[in-house]
Amino acid sequence: MTRLARPAPEQERAATVPGEPLIAFKDVRIGFDEGDVLQGVSFEVWPGETKILLGESGSGKTLIMKLAAGLTRPDSGRIWVMGHDLGDMSEKELLDFRRHLGFVFQEGALFDSLTVKENVAFRLQEEKNVSDDQIEARVREVLRFVEMEAAIDSYPAELSGGMRRRVSIARALVDQPPVVFYDSPTAGLDPVTSQTIITLVLRGRDLQGVTSLLATHRVQDAFGLASFRLDRAMGQLVRVQENGDPPANSARPEQSTPTNVLILRDGQVYFDGEVMSLLHSSDEYVKNFLQSAE
Amino acid sequence: MLALQSLANLFTPPQYWADTLEQMDSIGVGSLPIVVITSFFIGGVMVLQTSAQFQRFGETALTGDAVSLALVRELGPAITALLVAGRNASGIASELGSMIVTEQVDAMRALGTDPIRKLVTPRVVAMVTMLPLLVAVADFVGLVGGFLVAYFTLRLGAVQFWTRAIDALEFGDLVQGISKPVIFGFIISTVGCFQGLRVKGGTQGVGRATTSAVVISSVFVLVVDFFLAKFLLFVFGKTS
Repeated sequence: MTRLARPAPEQERAATVPGEPLIAFKDVRIGFDEGDVLQGVSFEVWPGETKILLGESGSGKTLIMKLAAGLTRPDSGRIWVMGHDLGDMSEKELLDFRRHLGFVFQEGALFDSLTVKENVAFRLQEEKNVSDDQIEARVREVLRFVEMEAAIDSYPAELSGGMRRRVSIARALVDQPPVVFYDSPTAGLDPVTSQTIITLVLRGRDLQGVTSLLATHRVQDAFGLASFRLDRAMGQLVRVQENGDPPANSARPEQSTPTNVLILRDGQVYFDGEVMSLLHSSDEYVKNFLQSAE
Repeated sequence: MLALQSLANLFTPPQYWADTLEQMDSIGVGSLPIVVITSFFIGGVMVLQTSAQFQRFGETALTGDAVSLALVRELGPAITALLVAGRNASGIASELGSMIVTEQVDAMRALGTDPIRKLVTPRVVAMVTMLPLLVAVADFVGLVGGFLVAYFTLRLGAVQFWTRAIDALEFGDLVQGISKPVIFGFIISTVGCFQGLRVKGGTQGVGRATTSAVVISSVFVLVVDFFLAKFLLFVFGKTS
C-alpha cells in the first residue's frame, strides 16, 4: 500500500485555525428560478472530520459543495473555509484560495483532451517552482495511491466510470490539500467499485488527515467511512471500536469519530450528528430515509 | 466584459502561450484548406462575371484592377471571416459548451485556474493574429484564381494582369485589408467563447450555442464590415 507524504507545513498552516471549525456555514440561503434550494443552512466541519451530506435528489448537496469551494455565491448568509470569509473574496482571491482545496466532481469532470497524467498534473503545472521531474514523480505517486499508474498515458474516454473517479480523486489530492470535497463520488458505480472509491476517501482521511465534505445517495458510504479506519502500523483497514476509537488526527477532543452525517430536507439541515446516532434515530423521516436508501 | 477581460489578461501573468500556439494551429492551419479553395474560385468567378462587362467596353485590361480591389478591400476579409466564423466560432462554442456541460470549466476553477485566461484569451489572440494572415493568403490565392481564368478566357497576359492588380492597390486598401480581419477575428472569437461559456441545458444547449455562435458572429461581421468600410473610405479620402 502506498502512503503519501504529509502535507507541506505551509499548507497545514493555511488549513488549521486552532479552536475553530475548518468549514462553517451560517444561515446560508440560495435560490434559483424554481425557488429556494437552501433556506438557512448552518453547520460546521472540524479539522480531520468527514462530513457526509445525505438528502434526496435536488436537496442541495452539490450546491453546498460548490458554495464551500466558492464556485457559487449564496444569496445571503456567511461561509468560512480555512479562516477565509468567502463572501469577502474576489474571484481572483478565490482562485488562489481554491489551490488549497481538492474537488472531486460527480462525473469526474476530467479534461477530455488531456491524458490522465496531464489531468493529474494540471494544478502542479500552474505552479512556478515545480520542475517537470518533480511533477512526474508526484503524479506517479498519487496515481499509485489510487492504483491507476498503469493508465497514466490514457485519455479519459478510454477509462471506465470508476477509473475516471479514481483519476479525479488523484487530481484532487495531487498537492495534498487539507480540504477535499467529494461530490457523489460513488454515483452510478457498481457496489464493488463504490467500495473502492470509499476506501480511497478513507485512506485520504486517515493517511493525509484530509478534512472532507462528501455528498452521496448511498447510506452505505456513510457507514463504511464511520465503521472503518486505516491502521497506519498494519497498513490495512480495521473496524472502529463500538465505544469509539478516536482518530489520531481529530482536533476536536469530544468527538469520538471523524465521520458525521448531515441530512438535508426541504432546503434545511434536518439531521447533523454521528452516524451511530443516525442509525438509532427514532425520527420517522430519518428511518424512512435510511430504509429507502438501502 | 468577457471581451475586455480576455484582453486585460494579456498584460498580467500567467499567460498560456502553449494553448495560444495550439489554437493558432487549429484556427490558422486548420482553416487554410477551405480558405485556399474558396478564395481561388471566388477570384475565378469574379473574372467570369466582370469580363463580359469589360469586353463590352473593350477594357479587359482592367480585370486585374477589379479583382485586386474587390478582393483586398472587401471580399477577402469578409468571405474569409465568414468561412472562419462557420468553422471556428462553431468549434469554439461547442468545445467550451461541452466543457461547461461536463463541469470541466468548474473543475478548472476548482483547480485555481481562471477559465477566461486559460480558454478565452488564447482563442482571441490566436484568432486576431491568424485571421489577417488567412486573409492575406485568400487575397493572393484569389488573385491567382482570377489570373488563371483571365488568362484562359480573356487571353490576358500575366504581366498585364499582375501589374495592374498591384498598381491598383493603394496604402488605404492594404490598411482596410489588414485592419478588418483583426476586428472580425475579435468578434468571431469573443462571440464563440461567450456563446460556449453560457451554455445551459445539456447537449441541446451546446447545439443551440453552436448555431447562435455562427449566426451572430456572421451577421455581426457583415454589419461591422459596412461601418468599417464607410469609416476607412472616409479616412483614406475615397468618399465624401
